[in-house]
Amino acid sequence: MENILSGWVGALVVIPLIKIAIIVVGITLIVLAMNWIERKAIAHMQIRLGPMRVGWHGLLQPVADAIKFLLKEDVIPERADRWVFILAPAVALIPAFIVYSVIPFGPGKTFIVTDINIGILFLIAVSSVGILGIVLGGWASNSKYPLLGALRSSAQMISYEVAMGFAIIPVLMAVQSLSLVRIVEAQKELGWWFVFLAPVGTLSFFLYFFCGVAETNRLPFDLPEAETELVAGFHTEYSGFRFSLWVLAEYANMITVSSLATLMFWGGWLRPFPNVSALSFLDVIPGLVWFLLKMSAFLFLYIWFRATFPRFRFDQLMRLGWKVFLPLGIVNTMAAGVILLYWPGK
Amino acid sequence: MPKEYIPILLFLLVAISVPVLGLLAGKVIRPGGFFFRASRNPAKLTPYECGVDTEGNARDRYGVRFYIISILFVVFDVETVFLFPWAIIYNKLALFGLIEMLIFLGFLIIGYIYVWQKGALEWV
Repeated sequence: MENILSGWVGALVVIPLIKIAIIVVGITLIVLAMNWIERKAIAHMQIRLGPMRVGWHGLLQPVADAIKFLLKEDVIPERADRWVFILAPAVALIPAFIVYSVIPFGPGKTFIVTDINIGILFLIAVSSVGILGIVLGGWASNSKYPLLGALRSSAQMISYEVAMGFAIIPVLMAVQSLSLVRIVEAQKELGWWFVFLAPVGTLSFFLYFFCGVAETNRLPFDLPEAETELVAGFHTEYSGFRFSLWVLAEYANMITVSSLATLMFWGGWLRPFPNVSALSFLDVIPGLVWFLLKMSAFLFLYIWFRATFPRFRFDQLMRLGWKVFLPLGIVNTMAAGVILLYWPGK
Repeated sequence: MPKEYIPILLFLLVAISVPVLGLLAGKVIRPGGFFFRASRNPAKLTPYECGVDTEGNARDRYGVRFYIISILFVVFDVETVFLFPWAIIYNKLALFGLIEMLIFLGFLIIGYIYVWQKGALEWV
């Protein structure tokens, strides 16, 4: 056993496989848990009870739903482009999973599958492939609502992708590396999480997170799935387990956005004020737990947004992306350039 | 160096197996799969249109604005990609890098103002 784990195969195949298995199971569990929390939290925000029947306070409801999805008939519409229709949810789901190979969940080499030096570039590139899945799914359905949903979705996602790129660049300028591990370590050396570096870091964070919410098609930017006008958007024609693949991909992307916001702006696995020794008693909480706490806070913010904000109109959405976020991002990048060169005491 | 990418390849294989295994498991227990028959009904297989009969085809014309947005995306996203390597060696480039970037972004902003003036960013 020791030989297997210490050799070349162990370091590059066996141990990563174990980590991958833990991540895939973990993501699925987080999605199930979030599904329950989302329904319960929104229900209580609206003075309802939410699911109550299956298990204690409906705790087993997501499990029941998953089984139900498996048992449901899988209808492929007659006019659909059959193969593309079948492939599309996989095209959306697979990139949503692969990006976790470069996300560090805690300090050291234990909590990351592989620390490649272009981590964040890889993450952005791969997660963009998910848009293709949505376009393919909407087009292959050969039905009007999915087509409109897919068009809206792709237009929205690519619009906010641009602003998101500009939100990330100041972080890279401060860190001088694309590795996500380095980004967190730089925050430790600095002693501050980047979000507290007002104005550039704070603005970058808000830009990034709102663009992230828009990219994952969540309220208040959930126009592709606006049920009052488009039924269910691009996945109207999907049923059974194939539909649950779409949901899984959407939630996995939400977890990615939350993780990235945590890593880039909220210190990843670092405790608050990582260099203040008076707070070192906080180190009893392991880095992984800090990371998961921060990530969960962002996931809850998603739910909170959903219960609070009304949906944008499509023209408002495009205006916000192109005429507010993009110029803000450009100005922010310029400001970062000037501040990093001429900040007093640097 | 490329051996760091082997785990990503493994992750790709695992990620592919998730939908494949899930759909296979579904095929075993769901109607219309390997064992159980699904009811046949021509109406079930038509595209959804709020319950009325389907009208026409979905392969239809749609707004040209979607094309404009995608062209704009290509332009602006490539610009951000150009900024990535610049950002990574920013400390080495120092003032030279800052001036170069301001010129580069200046061109970008001129293009952006042009696009705005042309009304390409207006949706309605």
